[in-house]
Amino acid sequence: MSDNQDRWGIPGTYVFDLRLSRRGYAINKMCHSLRLAENRDLYLADEEAYMARFGLDDEQKQAVRERDWLRLTQLGGNLFFFLKLGATLGHGLYPIGAQMRGESYEDFMKTRNVPGAT
Amino acid sequence: MAKIVAGIGSSHVPSIGRAYDQQKQTDPAWQPLFDGYEPVKRWLAEEVKADVVILVYNDHGTEFFLDRYPSFALGVADSYRVADEGYGRRPLPDFPGAPEFSEHLANSLVADEFDLTLCQEMDLDHGFLTAMPLLWSHDDDSWPVQVVPLLVNVIQHPMPSGRRCYKLGQALRRAIESFPEDLRVAVVGTGGLSHQLNGERFGFINEDWDRQWLQDIRQQPEVLADLSHKEVMTAAGAEGGEVIMWLVMRGALSPQVREVHQFYYAPMTTGIGLLALEDDAG
Ligand SMILES: [Fe+2]
Repeated sequence: MSDNQDRWGIPGTYVFDLRLSRRGYAINKMCHSLRLAENRDLYLADEEAYMARFGLDDEQKQAVRERDWLRLTQLGGNLFFFLKLGATLGHGLYPIGAQMRGESYEDFMKTRNVPGAT
Repeated sequence: MAKIVAGIGSSHVPSIGRAYDQQKQTDPAWQPLFDGYEPVKRWLAEEVKADVVILVYNDHGTEFFLDRYPSFALGVADSYRVADEGYGRRPLPDFPGAPEFSEHLANSLVADEFDLTLCQEMDLDHGFLTAMPLLWSHDDDSWPVQVVPLLVNVIQHPMPSGRRCYKLGQALRRAIESFPEDLRVAVVGTGGLSHQLNGERFGFINEDWDRQWLQDIRQQPEVLADLSHKEVMTAAGAEGGEVIMWLVMRGALSPQVREVHQFYYAPMTTGIGLLALEDDAG
């Protein structure tokens, strides 16, 4: 999924432009709905039904099932939206980020100036 | 006549809000941050005494969705609620608006060719919330200032250029100064500094760039206004691209400004910057 990097030329980065936004619209719409507590409950009760309701395609559903945040990003998921999915599932920003870097959480934290400030 | 009495640049980071709510002011990892804001909080309370705060921010997938995303949006409501970002609402009081002032700003800015989306309801997420309690004391149900939220699209490209943000700030100054009442107005630009939260480059920060930004925004904002999004995102991280919101604040100040205070701290994944400026009367 390098067409975004072909457009923007920033390695390791998926610039959220309109093309990526259109690709990920269903993911982001689903995640946006999770700002409401009652929807978080519905999601946790039946993830498959919830994903189907928002029309995620098979690749997107699989990335959600695997909690593969990098793949979700490549498929158009925007971090600010899918942090609401993370909040629903109990996955915080830093573990999500470590996974996108391909590192363990512990190794990622060793790269920080003040790892206590979480 | 209304006048601008302070210009503040401040990062907005969810973990700061969490630390504030969990009262980590003396936690060794967080104390430098809270101590760093304290002189500005004191200056605002004792000398600036603003009546209204215009705070430039972006929403983070909370209140605004991609179905119809505004490039610029201005709050014109009587009050604004604290949003739920997925964890429940933060225990902060809702914010009193300044509807007549907002209406004047809307009329003036649109006449001045900034065609803003006008919002009569607008829940506020960490983009707005982070800086407020670090800069103004509140009690359980009230704030000492009224607010006008001004949203900029820094989420989805194409987003406004830095130059456009700077010009919006200049138009904002004309709008403020044409309001007939004697209001004392603080303008706060939020966001940045360097950070990246997506992709394999997650966690990228650039402390040298951040420190240079804190200097240049005061001394040569025109140079910063001409940077492209790609230049900013390459040097400051993809999400660091939101620093252009500081240019709205800077555009609203006089060409020469005086620095009241500066603070920088980069503990985790964001270069957290604070800059307090005022018009240089001389
Ligand atoms: Fe932001």
